[in-house]
Amino acid sequence: MRKSLMQIVYLALCLAFGQGWAYAQEAAPVAANPQLETRMMVLAAELRCLVCQNQTIADSHATLAVDLRQQIRELLEAGQDDRQILDYMTDRYGDFVLYRPPFKATTLVLWVGPGILLVIAVGTLIHVLRRRQRLGADAFDPDTDDPEADNSLTRTGTDSHVQN
Amino acid sequence: MKARLLWPLAIFLVLSVFLGLGLKLNPREVPSPLIGKAAPDFEAASLMNPDKTLRRADLLGKVWILNVWASWCAPCRTEHPVFVAYAKTGGTPVYGLNYKDKREDALRWLGQLGNPYADTLSDSTGRIGINYGVYGVPETFVVDRNGVIRYKHVGPVTMEVMRDKIEPLLRQLNA
Repeated sequence: MRKSLMQIVYLALCLAFGQGWAYAQEAAPVAANPQLETRMMVLAAELRCLVCQNQTIADSHATLAVDLRQQIRELLEAGQDDRQILDYMTDRYGDFVLYRPPFKATTLVLWVGPGILLVIAVGTLIHVLRRRQRLGADAFDPDTDDPEADNSLTRTGTDSHVQN
Repeated sequence: MKARLLWPLAIFLVLSVFLGLGLKLNPREVPSPLIGKAAPDFEAASLMNPDKTLRRADLLGKVWILNVWASWCAPCRTEHPVFVAYAKTGGTPVYGLNYKDKREDALRWLGQLGNPYADTLSDSTGRIGINYGVYGVPETFVVDRNGVIRYKHVGPVTMEVMRDKIEPLLRQLNA
């Protein structure tokens, strides 16, 4: 039993590291300039790959992502700054490519929505806690026999009979 | 019934409406920022005749359709008959953009399935595609007389899309 478990762990490790090694081979830096490559990857990590929408252009192996990384390299070499390159991408693919979309009318709900939900949730919590604070201490003791609770049980019981 | 007890039901209904709407949305259909803007400039060799250069400026003054396709693209195969049929009606000219393809593959593909295009731009590097914000082949654009993009469709154009979306727009633009 223990032996087979070890085998599984070993196999899992082999798979994990084997794959990592394969990726490392593929991701060999294409540009000769490692500084440019780092800047390019930082920018690419800000951009969504439209072919596989939950990956960044930095992570994706889709051909479009490879092309766009090359495009970023060339724009950097041409001396464009980060802002210009992000504008270049949004001009073509829209705000959707940005993992950090700008704050404007169309993205208002996206930015403000979670805050509003938080306010509602905290408000509800405070309301519930205040109400419980007003209840007597005996309302929270499960061990004491609560004659009223018993009454309410039988009451609902009879109610349902009446309804039937 | 106490109003308080209706709250979970109300929240459930609101959530259902939102999730229901979410089901109908297609995350692959990203609204293009290019609609209403000038079609990006290009200068490309013709696929059929590599010595001939096609420029955006040459197409100004007429309404045209740009259809992005590639021989390696399976959905292009399903939409192709729609354009072949449309070209037979002799309406608005359809220009192809052969995206990231090999010339001989592209020519063979057109030989097998028919060539509905007035001409086809070669974009073997995918640069023109990037300028047009292409991310999922096939894609189709409608460009008006002033060179402004009026419509974009991502994915294969079906008979229904042609009849209900593209043709009415073309009638309006050509009027």
